[in-house]
Amino acid sequence: MEMTNVSVDGRTKPAGPLLSVRDLGKRYGTRIGCANVSFDLWPGEVLGIVGESGSGKSTLLSCLAGHLEPDRGQVVFDTRNGPRDTITMSEPERRKLGRTDWAFVHQNPRDGLRMGVTAGGNVGERLMAVGARHYGDIRAQALDWLGRVEIAAERIDDRPSAFSGGMQQRLQIARNLVTGPRLVFMDEPTGGLDVSVQARLLDLLRGLVREMGLSAIIVTHDLAVVRLLADRLMVMKGGHVVEQGLTDQVLDDPQHA
Amino acid sequence: MYVAVKGGERAIDNAHAFLAEDRRGDPQVAELSVAQIREQLRLAVNRVMAEGSLFDPDLAALAIKQARGDLIEAVFLIRAYRTTLPRLGASNPVDTAQMAVVRRVSATFKDLPGGQVLGPTFDYTHRLLDFKLAADGQVPPAPTAPVSAEKVPHVTEFLNRDGLIEAEPQSDAVPPDLTREPMELPTSRALRLQAITRGDEGFILSMAYSTQRGYGRTHAFVGELRIGAVAVEMDIPELGFSVEIGEIELSECETVNQFKGSKTEPPQFTRGYGLVFGQSERKAIAMSLVDRALRWKELGEDNIGAPAQDEEFVLMHADNIQATGFLEHIKLPHYVDFQAELELVRRLRADAATMQEAAK
Amino acid sequence: MTDQAYNFAYLDEQTKRMIRRAILKGIAVPGYQVPFASREMPMPYGWGTGGVQVTAACLVPEDCLKVIDQGADDTTNAVSIRKFFQRTAGVAVTEATADASVIQTRHRIPELPLREGQILVYQVPIPEPLRFLEPRETETRKMHSLEEYGLMHVKLYEDIARHGQIATSYAYPVKVEGRYVMDPSPIPKFDNPKLSGSAALQLFGAGREQRIYAVPPYTSVVSLDFEDHPFVAGKAPHDCDLCGATDSYLDEVIVDDAGGRMFVCSDTDFCRGRKDAGHIGRLGVQTDGGA
Ligand SMILES: Nc1ncnc2c1ncn2[C@@H]1O[C@H](COP(=O)(O)OP(=O)(O)O)[C@@H](O)[C@H]1O
Ligand SMILES: [Mg+2]
Ligand SMILES: [Zn+2]
Repeated sequence: MEMTNVSVDGRTKPAGPLLSVRDLGKRYGTRIGCANVSFDLWPGEVLGIVGESGSGKSTLLSCLAGHLEPDRGQVVFDTRNGPRDTITMSEPERRKLGRTDWAFVHQNPRDGLRMGVTAGGNVGERLMAVGARHYGDIRAQALDWLGRVEIAAERIDDRPSAFSGGMQQRLQIARNLVTGPRLVFMDEPTGGLDVSVQARLLDLLRGLVREMGLSAIIVTHDLAVVRLLADRLMVMKGGHVVEQGLTDQVLDDPQHA
Repeated sequence: MYVAVKGGERAIDNAHAFLAEDRRGDPQVAELSVAQIREQLRLAVNRVMAEGSLFDPDLAALAIKQARGDLIEAVFLIRAYRTTLPRLGASNPVDTAQMAVVRRVSATFKDLPGGQVLGPTFDYTHRLLDFKLAADGQVPPAPTAPVSAEKVPHVTEFLNRDGLIEAEPQSDAVPPDLTREPMELPTSRALRLQAITRGDEGFILSMAYSTQRGYGRTHAFVGELRIGAVAVEMDIPELGFSVEIGEIELSECETVNQFKGSKTEPPQFTRGYGLVFGQSERKAIAMSLVDRALRWKELGEDNIGAPAQDEEFVLMHADNIQATGFLEHIKLPHYVDFQAELELVRRLRADAATMQEAAK
Repeated sequence: MTDQAYNFAYLDEQTKRMIRRAILKGIAVPGYQVPFASREMPMPYGWGTGGVQVTAACLVPEDCLKVIDQGADDTTNAVSIRKFFQRTAGVAVTEATADASVIQTRHRIPELPLREGQILVYQVPIPEPLRFLEPRETETRKMHSLEEYGLMHVKLYEDIARHGQIATSYAYPVKVEGRYVMDPSPIPKFDNPKLSGSAALQLFGAGREQRIYAVPPYTSVVSLDFEDHPFVAGKAPHDCDLCGATDSYLDEVIVDDAGGRMFVCSDTDFCRGRKDAGHIGRLGVQTDGGA
């Protein structure tokens, strides 16, 4: 697909993908987790990964985000110092990416939040991890972000264990986006929620994606999620990508129904 | 005028004198000899040797006497003594297949070469207080059997011959020494076994019990439990051959664990292993269960989050000398830290009061 | 009166060499926790076995040893450890901070600034500053090696959010030479500033946890804080009732059952020195040497 080479903030960037994946594969013993996955993700683009349960979506996402070591392939990320294969990167470098340029929203908010730390502390952690040392500023940013994910300011000193599932998920999103990551991974972000809560979260996500010009990879088995959020779609089956293209095209003219 | 509390030194000396007197108890009652403890409190001696990691029944008996029967304190005395001993060398691995067994039971086969030998066991005794022992302990000699020349092969060998049980990889690698190298996690099985065999019997027992109740079930059968003496041999470089330097009593337990296979292993039986100084049968069985539970990773099993599957949790908390020291240290003075906390609480309360005042 | 049954300072030479290697590594990487094969000592774990092993590895026959617990030379555990080294090493002992070449301490740093050539040995119960935020050793070691210390500030953030200030009063975490976050052992935070730029060599021993770490002389040690909530070294807002010192850390002593209390220097040698020099506090009397 055609891409402009102007990024969201208007600065001109060399035309290149943000993430370039080649021949990625991961097995669990003899079982295939995912295989032969290749694609490019361009800045400002949202890629949806869909497929039935067990088709390899989570495996692929974990390999991309460096949570799981793939058996083969490349995951080249356009770092601030140019393109680098994150698979062969040292662990310190990869973990540093994980707390700066990358963000990961887990399906279960308990996996992505510190349940014993207040909402403000949860949002502030990433700021402090990259060196923020002014309590007032950290708190102001946390408040701002709680507002953006529609959590009342007076809940800032409450722990997530006192929040509903939908609030926890919104808090997890705030915690991830507060440092302005360049790439966001999401695994079934609306997965465990009631239908009405899902709709509100989707709405919120769509707003944030538009407003921040986020680049994101969203794994889901819910077609409503991708229809609303994804520019482009990848369909997985048995660990393989069986189809990819623009969301509308894939959804309206499916080859692998 | 205020004078700070002094005389820590005299207080300590007096406390020690008091302790010595209390240890002796009523002088009208005959004093216990180390030999009496060694012979008549054998299982206590065994436990102290096992957790003290030193096979010396006389020293263990002395430690029990000195510790007034507090076995953890006795283990501590043995450990502190052991650590000062020079390392002259390492023995060859003992061969438990050559054990002169006094007890040997298998729960998996009714009969087997070498037979089932009950030996001196509490099993099948009725747990009724025996008031005869309060009067005098004269017992008629027990019946004896002629020493059998029959070999007593390991039960697991029968299964091994048929390929039904996992093969135990042979290795001549020098095992790590827990008492000479800091423990680094993750560990190896050899190091885990070392830590468990000297771990607290109560802790290991509870961990093993928790696996039986479903926190990391391993479906264990006691393939074999054997207790008896084995020869300890050492290579003497000057001689060019090994010589027997003594004999120690050991309890060995091998469990046979049902195993349905995993991603990496075909269905077969697997092993848990326990080896403990002296007749320490409960500990040997418990050890083999905990060993098996900790092997989940190498066997490709699921970690279900059971405490007994958690190597760091088990190994970091099994040692009763570490545990009791840290536990008891909280009775040492902490008044500097307490003072700091006191100031903090006072300040926080003052701040809160000011804020309440301002809010009025 | 050295006990001939044991080697000088109790430990065998091989063990001492092992500990010295760990100490040297600790000095080379300030604030880094070096694993070492801690030995069972004849005193319980948690009672200073780490400090005792470090002291044993440092002592030479010419040394003059001072042992304090809670700042005082005459607390029972300090007496016990001092006696241990008198018996096993036969070294000279002192209560005077200035005269000591090696000082083993639990929970305090002496008030008198230390000088070059002195070694201060701390007894450490839990060496891992991240332990109560992350219980797993495997994970905390990774966090140190990758310098992932955001979590440490989360703890301070939570304190301020809840209490309006950093509510950590002892074992206050520090960053050593801009790299490793370190637990300074349970000293009151009042003592934290003395850690930085000290002329003495500071060694930390944790026996049960098998770790040794070090702050070499003239090393920068910064107490963690926020720009708008800077670290404050607090103490009771009183003067010493015996020697009148205004700037020493104080013990609070309950003197009657009607709530009467007095404050005295926790550093007994410092207090005695001031009284001998003629300083008198609110409840003190003129002395000529003894208290
Ligand atoms: N930890 C694992 N061990 C073994 N097999 C796994 C593991 N995780 C996933 N799998 C297998 O890999 C395949 C892909 O799983 P997954 O990536 O979780 O799919 P999805 O997220 O699409 O549901 C499935 O067959 C699944 O059973
Ligand atoms: Mg999934
Ligand atoms: Zn004073």
